[in-house]
Amino acid sequence: MTQRATDSVLNSTGGAAAAPAPALEVRGIRKVFRERRSEVHVLEELSLRVLPGEFVSIIGPSGSGKSTLFHIIGGLIAPDAGQVLMEGREVTGEKGRIAYMPQQPALFPWRTIEDNVLLPEELRGTSKASARAHARAWMERAGLGGFEQAYPHTLSGGMQQRAAFLRALMSPQEVMCLDEPFSALDALTRSDMQRWLLDIWEDTRRSVLMITHHIEEALLLSDSIYILSARPGSVLKRVEAPFTRPRREDLLLDPSFIELKSEISAVLRQEQQKRN
Amino acid sequence: MKSWWSSIWPPVVAVLFFLIVWQAAVWMFDIEKFILPAPTAIGHEAITGASGLMEHTWATLKLTVIGFAIGTGIGLLLSLALHRVPFLKTALYPLLILSQNVPTIALAPLLMIWFGFGMLPKVIVITLVCFFPVAVAALDGLARTDRTMMNYMQMTGATPWQIFTKLELPHALPSIFSGIRIAATYSVMGAVIGEWIGSDRGIGYYMMLQKSGYRTDRVFVAILVIVLLSLLMVGVITLLEKRLIRWNRKH
Repeated sequence: MTQRATDSVLNSTGGAAAAPAPALEVRGIRKVFRERRSEVHVLEELSLRVLPGEFVSIIGPSGSGKSTLFHIIGGLIAPDAGQVLMEGREVTGEKGRIAYMPQQPALFPWRTIEDNVLLPEELRGTSKASARAHARAWMERAGLGGFEQAYPHTLSGGMQQRAAFLRALMSPQEVMCLDEPFSALDALTRSDMQRWLLDIWEDTRRSVLMITHHIEEALLLSDSIYILSARPGSVLKRVEAPFTRPRREDLLLDPSFIELKSEISAVLRQEQQKRN
Repeated sequence: MKSWWSSIWPPVVAVLFFLIVWQAAVWMFDIEKFILPAPTAIGHEAITGASGLMEHTWATLKLTVIGFAIGTGIGLLLSLALHRVPFLKTALYPLLILSQNVPTIALAPLLMIWFGFGMLPKVIVITLVCFFPVAVAALDGLARTDRTMMNYMQMTGATPWQIFTKLELPHALPSIFSGIRIAATYSVMGAVIGEWIGSDRGIGYYMMLQKSGYRTDRVFVAILVIVLLSLLMVGVITLLEKRLIRWNRKH
């Protein structure tokens, strides 16, 4: 924690402005997948930033390379051009810089829920006892109390997603990347989970980058939203969601909310039609 | 308890029915004892001759366990090496599959010529039949590691060793155990084949001896012992598997 603080101090003194360096910044990312003789341009000149404590969503048509972007940020694949920066420092291609929540919960079936949640601390070499205490506290807070010793397959999809989110939250990395965290859930569980996530996140204020297909979800949770174009993916538009926090679900009925929603949906529809 | 019983009784009834038909056929057609002894005659021999068989059974069991342990160990080490070094896998995996076209029984006489009549050639025979199912099952299990879990581990910054011990190995464990279970049955077979070809004790040796004396009843008793040894090996492995893999197997 102190290490990170001094890092950002050093960076901000070296940087031009006094504003804090973005927790995560992606600059001019380009990615082309080459297969035999065909080339697929997946990402083109994609740039975005997540300020410290900001909740940012990426929304876009399917096939706009959103997952590829996460794999680049996570260091799994190298971009053909562009950089990934964290707190002003270049970390392109470095693994272990983000807390990640995949699309499927991907909990380890041979571990109990508790052992799944404490996995990131275990990987960091935190003592088992303190990791366990930490995990227990969070599970209690997140409505998973009593399920510590359960195995993942005995839990509902929503519960598994909660555990997967906690696992990401327990990661010591500042930036959390959520890849369509609720896409596999039914509508009711989904809105339940959104409220749950809002509640937990507003308490912790981690820097979050979330992929979603769901405009309402993006508006409800985020501070700002990047709308991506169809392939090759680049930023069409950045939208601020200037609603006060803590947010409540009745925000969905707010006229300004509905107006923003139809604006985003118009941009997306236009983009979809352009491709057809 | 009830469901356990309902899955147990049909095969038990089938076996009993088979034995009764066998017994009746021997009586009705008056079959010579050296051609096909009645189940009761075999049972009688099993009880009266048990003391003489103990020593042979023990020798075979010891040989089986030693060969099985070495074979399984080599199989696991080989699969880890091939998994770690992809080049080795592409180079050796086809050869590994091809090697299984050489019948072990055909190799056994050669091994006797090279290594004599002691323990070593027999252990090699068992190792040869054991390592393959273990190596292939382990390689398969390791290669099937869940992609999403792997991405998660890598993005979170797990070291290769952590990925191996905390993800790949536990993920492959059910697959490894199915290989080990096959190896357990093969190992008894390997031990008996080894003893057929050259030995002065063990169930395989005992079988050959009784065969020359046309003591068919004793040959049947030997087969019974082999079956029991196989069941014992598989039983121990299954128990171990249940202890090690406590999560839902069909996940």
